[in-house]
Amino acid sequence: MVEVEIFRNSASIDPQLHIWGWEIPVYLFLGGLTGGIMILTAVAGRRGAGLGLSRAMRLLPFAAPLLLSLGMGALFLDLEYKLHVFRFYTAMKPTSPMSWGSWLLLLIYPATVLLGLARLTDEDVATLPLLRSLRGRTADTLARLRAFGTANVGTVETANVILGIALGGYTGILLGTLGARALWSSVLLGPLFLVSGLSTGAAFMMLFHLGHEEHATLRRWDIAAIVVELLLLGLFFVELASSGGAKGRAAAALFFGGGYTAVFWSLVVVAGLAAPLAIEIAEGRKWLRPAIAAPALLLVGGLSLRWIFVLAGQAAV
Amino acid sequence: MALSRRKFIKIGSTTAGAVALTSGLTTDWWSLQAHQLPDPRTDGDRIVPTFCELCFWKCGVLAHVREGRVTKIVGNPKHPLSNGRLCPRGAGGVGALYDPDRLKRPMIRVSKRGEDKFEEVSWETALDETAARMEKLRLKYGAEALALFTHGYGGSWFTQLVKAWGTPNVVAPSYAQCRGPREAAFEITYGQGVGSPEAIDIRNARCITLIGSHLGENMHNTQVQEFADAIGSGAQLVVVDPRYSVAASKAKYWLPIKPGTDIALLLAWMNVIVTEKRYDADYLDKYATGLAELELHVAGKTPEWAYPITGLDPGLIRETARFIAGFRPSSLVHPGRHVTWYGDDTQRMRCIAILAALLGSWGRRGGYLLPSSMGLRKYPPFSSGRGMADAADKPTAEHYPMAGEVLASGVCEATVSAAPYGVKGWMVYGTNLIQALPNPKQTEEAIANLDLLVAIDVLPAEIVGWADIVLPESTYLERHDDLWAASYKEPFVAIRQPVVEPMFDSKPGWWIAKELANRLGLAEVFPWKNGEENIRWRLEESGYDVEAALRDGVVKGEVVPVCEEEGAELYFGTESEKIELFSQQLADAGFDPLPEFTPPDEPPLGMFRLLSGRAPMHTFGRTTNNRDLGALMGENEVWINAMAARSLAGFEEAPLKTGDYVRLENQDGVMSGPVKAKVTERIRGDAVYLVHGFGHTAKGLTFAHNRGASDSALTTRFKVDPVMGGTGMNVNFVRIARAEA
Amino acid sequence: MLLKNYRKRYAMVMDTRRCVGCQACVLACKAENGVPHNGYRDWIVTETKGEFPHLSMEIRSERCMHCTNAPCVTNCPTGASHYSKGGTVQSDRALCTGCKACIAACPYDARYVHPDGFVDKCTFCMHRVERGANPACVEGCPTKALAFGDLNDSASEVARLLRENPPKLLSPEEGTEPNLYFLI
Repeated sequence: MVEVEIFRNSASIDPQLHIWGWEIPVYLFLGGLTGGIMILTAVAGRRGAGLGLSRAMRLLPFAAPLLLSLGMGALFLDLEYKLHVFRFYTAMKPTSPMSWGSWLLLLIYPATVLLGLARLTDEDVATLPLLRSLRGRTADTLARLRAFGTANVGTVETANVILGIALGGYTGILLGTLGARALWSSVLLGPLFLVSGLSTGAAFMMLFHLGHEEHATLRRWDIAAIVVELLLLGLFFVELASSGGAKGRAAAALFFGGGYTAVFWSLVVVAGLAAPLAIEIAEGRKWLRPAIAAPALLLVGGLSLRWIFVLAGQAAV
Repeated sequence: MALSRRKFIKIGSTTAGAVALTSGLTTDWWSLQAHQLPDPRTDGDRIVPTFCELCFWKCGVLAHVREGRVTKIVGNPKHPLSNGRLCPRGAGGVGALYDPDRLKRPMIRVSKRGEDKFEEVSWETALDETAARMEKLRLKYGAEALALFTHGYGGSWFTQLVKAWGTPNVVAPSYAQCRGPREAAFEITYGQGVGSPEAIDIRNARCITLIGSHLGENMHNTQVQEFADAIGSGAQLVVVDPRYSVAASKAKYWLPIKPGTDIALLLAWMNVIVTEKRYDADYLDKYATGLAELELHVAGKTPEWAYPITGLDPGLIRETARFIAGFRPSSLVHPGRHVTWYGDDTQRMRCIAILAALLGSWGRRGGYLLPSSMGLRKYPPFSSGRGMADAADKPTAEHYPMAGEVLASGVCEATVSAAPYGVKGWMVYGTNLIQALPNPKQTEEAIANLDLLVAIDVLPAEIVGWADIVLPESTYLERHDDLWAASYKEPFVAIRQPVVEPMFDSKPGWWIAKELANRLGLAEVFPWKNGEENIRWRLEESGYDVEAALRDGVVKGEVVPVCEEEGAELYFGTESEKIELFSQQLADAGFDPLPEFTPPDEPPLGMFRLLSGRAPMHTFGRTTNNRDLGALMGENEVWINAMAARSLAGFEEAPLKTGDYVRLENQDGVMSGPVKAKVTERIRGDAVYLVHGFGHTAKGLTFAHNRGASDSALTTRFKVDPVMGGTGMNVNFVRIARAEA
Repeated sequence: MLLKNYRKRYAMVMDTRRCVGCQACVLACKAENGVPHNGYRDWIVTETKGEFPHLSMEIRSERCMHCTNAPCVTNCPTGASHYSKGGTVQSDRALCTGCKACIAACPYDARYVHPDGFVDKCTFCMHRVERGANPACVEGCPTKALAFGDLNDSASEVARLLRENPPKLLSPEEGTEPNLYFLI
């Protein structure tokens, strides 16, 4: 028997690490979601060459900065020293994923707004509530930006894809490089969260009134993403249990009999991945009419995945 | 495409600017990221030397004061007890000074005694009332009807006061509830007690044997410093303890002895040492008597005899006896400190004294050294001319013949029984009798019989809640106390002087005592104007450099030989003027002249013996309200053997694990408060262990209130040592029950 | 100018054999550095192995390891966590946003969130070392279990202790290269 007694009662680390609560999972979720939307809106446009896109699909790029802002709001709330938030922007630390992320976030705003502007039709500008009332200088700027976006739409789309991959992946790398935490320390976490972001991004988009082909395309992307995600999850646990040492095995045990088993398997695997996968396959085969069930389940599953991982990673020794 | 110069400069400067910006952002090279070194600025603008009062060791400290506030307390490098380093309690003095629960103003009780309802009054009122009621007591019952209970260096003023006033009943719980048996045993054997600080040569001992002592958790600073030095220089340890203490973890031999059977082990060791002639024959020849009687006495007490009693393998007993003897004379059998365990404690301490003699360690390097003290002029003694009755601590004159001090428990009993006469008033200085005396119900019964209870204290501990009059004393950091001329292997005189002004309306003990003296017609007891004048006069009259003393906090004495090796002559104050292995004195008084083993009571089925001890960051109840020390240990835990925990009744469904809260219920049905369990391999299966001093019920101690469990509340039974009246407290048993959520 | 800072390699050697786990080091640090009650820059760990009565116990005084390859420095997005004099790792509270990436990155649980909002940890008492004194824990330890000094100085106590005793490192597999050595 080994008895270890640590005579310490530090705020936020004893009796177990509890530095990150809901704020970080919410940010990781919204970040992944945004990354997925960025990739999918960019790619969708490529296919239709800007024509024949439903209004929802044309406007969805604007959802990205909105969702990301919510996420960044959550991130801001997590800071213990909020007045120093500007310090993220007086340094660039190449070894810190968080530093990369903070600068990355800045770039996402112009990229996604430009994509959305490039997709806007004149009809949109004339009829949409926010845009039709614009006059004078603002209207001119809008027109100029639209023109710029349209002229460079190829570059803008590529930028959105690259930045979207970076955003989706970095949310996982953020946790993945923390070698001290057995549950998080894995190179698979980046790809896992990226693919999850893609899937939840597609799910979010499918909540809107899209064209039939658009919906089908997204569904196909989503099915592929879910399958890859399940594979990566499997690989993740195999790696954890086999090459993670005693700490890795203990962390894995949390999901296979330990305290997080029930929530993980029910909310993430079954409700969050397997069930929506089945539903979407059925929808694809026209056995079911497309409904919001699958997207809703995927979104809940995506948030749960991150929430459970963030909490469990702190609970594990 | 050719680059125009303008374009080149444009591109070039932009690039350079970008590189500069990036490098600046990514490195610490320029002042965009000039890092400040945090300086907490806790060094004092004034540093005042004094000595500590967090425990009773009294290490010399340096108190740092910055802008009127004490920021930190560190060791005084010049002081022989601290040597510049302190235990955590010493540094915790800041927490004692700024304890928000401190008594702030004098108070007088306004309801039934014990209801803890007081009104604040002026010092004038409080002192007048105290003096008036003391005089009333004296006229009605005689001065001897007042008892002073005192613990702590500042109590000396009150001792002087009440002695002059005419009572013999001046008691410290540290005798009959703590060190008494060892003082009596060593006096019987060597003609002098062990004293405090003990003049033992831990540093130079090549083998240190601890009988129940948990040095390292018992944090008498100097001893622990020497302990570490000894270990560092290769000294060996033999630890006898039912619990795997910190000391046990550093020992070559840990003997997990059955509680209450130490005498059997010690006799068996003596058997081996004596039969195998491993004792210091020349030493005993020269200095001791009774070896023949001892040989006869231990003849049958072999390790095989001791095995079923102690649970210790006979081979181990034999091996450790040889081991200990092999290092003589630098083989120190530590005399322990709190030794009131089973009621036969004087006899157990006699075993230790005898063993030390067999090893030739008394008066030898690595063993027991000869202490000396420096001279200090006293003020001319004052006598009130009043006759002094005998102390009330013994039911008859024949009881406890070897008691060298007045027994606190005895005086408490006299307060209940009125035998040999009634004690009707208590003055309590700095000792929480509710936790210090065993059987708290008896203490409360005694209090109910009192006409007067005056408490002089710093914190509102339980005893204060029972008082009629409460006099708030300043902490040691805010007052002068009398000079301390320690009797130690390195003699010194220590100075206690104020570091900051008294907070709230608290007053130094000398002022309180002097004010009372004036009101009692005893002004001559304290002929000085104030505490400062007292120490200045005494230092000056004794020929010491006053300013140097106040500046250094200590005056060091001449180094005199402390052992035979240094040329000291050994002298024994016994009847025979030799070490009395066989004690005629004990025989004459009707006790065993050589120690006998009597078996302890067995725990009732399903119950564990309750053992208690110390933690290095606390001085039992004295410090448990201190928030600085509370951050190191905020509550005690009950240690339970892991295997025993697995088979506890009532825990079949959900086995007990570390961190669960339980309650302890003793053999008389007394239930403790909720306490955390520590399920561990580090203790025998027949005992449980608690650090003493927690489980406070006093609401005024807002931090300590209801934290942990009180072992004293569970100590409803005790066994009295017939030789000197010590109260053996390890005779209570508890069962474990789950604490409701 | 820059390189001068790094010519010293400050390190601490902790002798577990002398340590009794009294926590004098904990309180000495708290007093010296004004550490809040719910924060600990250093602390005691006891590790007991075996079954009654065949037991062994190690007592350690732990704190920030001031790693040569510190994950907290690698992961800090603002540069608050940085390498400083003598190779020590310091935390600049002026740059700290309280994102707690460093706490998550540290394998030694050395950092904690200060009530004022920044993340705090042991500084090896650089403010004392700069004026020639030892860290408060080293000077306060009654058993002299702690030693501090410049490893690059072969005459220093720490260098000598490490020459004479094979040290134990905590979590060496993390690749942090800690500079707090334990003598067992």
